[in-house]
Amino acid sequence: MTARTEPQPQPATPDLLYSQDEEDLRSAVRALLADRAAAPTVIAATEADTPYDPRLWEALATGIGAAGLLVPEKLGGQGASHREAAVVLEELGRSVAPAPYLTSSVVATETLLALAGDGGPAAALLGELASGARTAVLAVPFATPPADPAAALATLDGTVRGIADAAVADVLLVPTAEGLYAVEATAPGAAVEPLVPLDLTRPLATLTLSVATGTLLAAPEASATAVERGLLAGAGLLASEQLGIAEWCLTETVRYTRERHQFNRPVGSFQALKHRMAQLWLEVVSARAAARNAADALATGSPDAPLAVAVAQAYCSGVAVHAAEECVQLHGGIGMTWEHPAHLYLKRAKADSIAYGSAGTHREAVAELVELPAP
Amino acid sequence: MSPAVDAAELRRRTRDLLAAHPPATTDRTDFLKARFDAGLAWVHYPEGLGGLDAPRSLQQAVDAELAAADAPDNDPRRIGIGLGMAAPTILGFGTDEQKRRFLRPLWVGEEVWCQLFSEPGAGSDLAALATRAVRDGDDWVVDGQKVWTSSAHAARWAILIARTDPDLPKHRGISYFICDVTDPGVDVRPLRQITGEAEFNEVFLSGVRIPDSHRLGPVGEGWKVAQTTLMNERVSIGGSRIPREGGMIGPVSRTWRERPELRTHDTHQRLLTLWVEAEVARLTGERLRQQLVAGQPGPEGSGMKLAFARLNQQISGLEVELLGDEGLLYGDWTMVRPELVDFTGRDAGYRYLRSKGNSIEGGTSEVLLNIVAERVLGLPAEPRNDKDVAWKDLSR
Repeated sequence: MTARTEPQPQPATPDLLYSQDEEDLRSAVRALLADRAAAPTVIAATEADTPYDPRLWEALATGIGAAGLLVPEKLGGQGASHREAAVVLEELGRSVAPAPYLTSSVVATETLLALAGDGGPAAALLGELASGARTAVLAVPFATPPADPAAALATLDGTVRGIADAAVADVLLVPTAEGLYAVEATAPGAAVEPLVPLDLTRPLATLTLSVATGTLLAAPEASATAVERGLLAGAGLLASEQLGIAEWCLTETVRYTRERHQFNRPVGSFQALKHRMAQLWLEVVSARAAARNAADALATGSPDAPLAVAVAQAYCSGVAVHAAEECVQLHGGIGMTWEHPAHLYLKRAKADSIAYGSAGTHREAVAELVELPAP
Repeated sequence: MSPAVDAAELRRRTRDLLAAHPPATTDRTDFLKARFDAGLAWVHYPEGLGGLDAPRSLQQAVDAELAAADAPDNDPRRIGIGLGMAAPTILGFGTDEQKRRFLRPLWVGEEVWCQLFSEPGAGSDLAALATRAVRDGDDWVVDGQKVWTSSAHAARWAILIARTDPDLPKHRGISYFICDVTDPGVDVRPLRQITGEAEFNEVFLSGVRIPDSHRLGPVGEGWKVAQTTLMNERVSIGGSRIPREGGMIGPVSRTWRERPELRTHDTHQRLLTLWVEAEVARLTGERLRQQLVAGQPGPEGSGMKLAFARLNQQISGLEVELLGDEGLLYGDWTMVRPELVDFTGRDAGYRYLRSKGNSIEGGTSEVLLNIVAERVLGLPAEPRNDKDVAWKDLSR
């Protein structure tokens, strides 16, 4: 924790808009996802054994170069920032596309970036992740908040439950009391058991290590710092995915209620429904400001980043869930069907509200950071 | 077109103004008049009317420079209705003579304005208004009653909408006037409110004579003119940057830090939720401001009033509860007539009661939600049965 001189230091003014480059990136990602991850495709994929479409990942990671946005060019990446990665996540949220972007290109990548200063195995692995040739995940439960990453094993022996995207990862970054290890998913003594997830578009798995071998990437202290950095970036940019989810849900609900007639008029003309959608719109524009603020604070390395991330997570989790719940309700019966994609968004939104710390956990972080202590 | 005025040129002109009229030795009103005449009052207004046809975003640089020099300001809180509503309407619809006559004393604060719009029978349904204006030679004769009129007791002028043709549907028979509040037919009576004070008034209009030269816009087009006023009323946010904990969350957060004996687990949870929402609302306002500066105004402005109204009510409600025994007390019920509109002043009980008006004044939250739903989201309007009916035939 950094020293604080006054209770409410005023942050530098963040840039909360989108640059033209960011809008261009958005267009490219959106076009790709419209082509490769339309709702029927995503629904079909959730029932397949391999939920992730390798061609989609290759096009996103390599074709667009999204996997390496956070990685400096000298390490094989695009040398962009969290602001651009956030835009990719908005689009991935909008399409609930199954892709290990958040886990590999953000959390694992950011963890390794903390360790790649003097080359070595972390830098080498970063290059592979940046190119999209391989993916990695941080082997901690998906619900782990950034401020409390104390889920480490003692050694490379034991079980870690509920790791997002572990089932599709090539490499597992395992924090232990001895430091951070990179363990190949195929290494002897490493077993990845898929779980049945609430969110069918983001697989969860349990990792069991039985005296496995791995490459030591960092000593314990550096490991803890790197893991915290990875989780902070994950939580901060998850807010952009939640924004994308909420936007899709609002847009589709507005579209549907304009077309759907009951009582001889569009149901969207009833004030009781209009007010709910207007309220949701207000939440979405607010979520955008909060998510952009977190992305900008991470991108600029602002000392305000932990608070910006905690605020964004405390707010955006609820907005995404609210939007998805309203989407199901205002679609009426069709919102309850398997073939309409509303359920995918509800499942993703609810799972996201737990990922990297619940809203309540992040409010506790806010209390700590702005000195509003509990009784 | 005037030559483009950029930030550097505005800074130069601001320094010239300060050099010619040193704030320390210049009378307040004289300084403000000189500032208006230098075009530094509202830089986006035309030359000769207090501006320089410069981009609106450059005003902040001028204001900052003048504040740093401790120059007197024109206290926009006191003259907020004139600045925020009358001025843009006069600029948009007034004759050259009206603009020259009214804008300078309005901006300087020599003449306070009020707004005679709402009536006892026409609040959210403002176009149903019943105050009549009947043509009599060169004048109009006005009879009716207005309500919720802040500053009427201090005002020199009022913007007024009145019905000039009851045979037309309600939106079409309305005209827009500038009303002299000192006319003997204008009777301003304090309207005591929930807080105990009388910030608002009832205004009774009996045989008030308004010269036709004080009409704004064509006869019968008053509703269109009023839209400009109302849009400006709702876009009052956006100019200035709000610091973290800058709004109502500030006092309650300070109380929390300074008085640990008041803390409970329940109030802690609620405080944190509201702190986060206040911070997000601040960021949303900041994003809106950045959009305006970048020349991409978004529709978010209409939503910000909704957010702040709800937050102010919830935060001030929590504050009263947090104070416990002290929350049972109230500062002062004496009826006063405040000079300023004051949302955040006085004590927690006052803030709690005053904030109830935040979701009513300037458009109720329900009406604003309809506006967002229909104009931003494009949802269909509810069917209505009053559009093609003559005003005189509507049920009241």
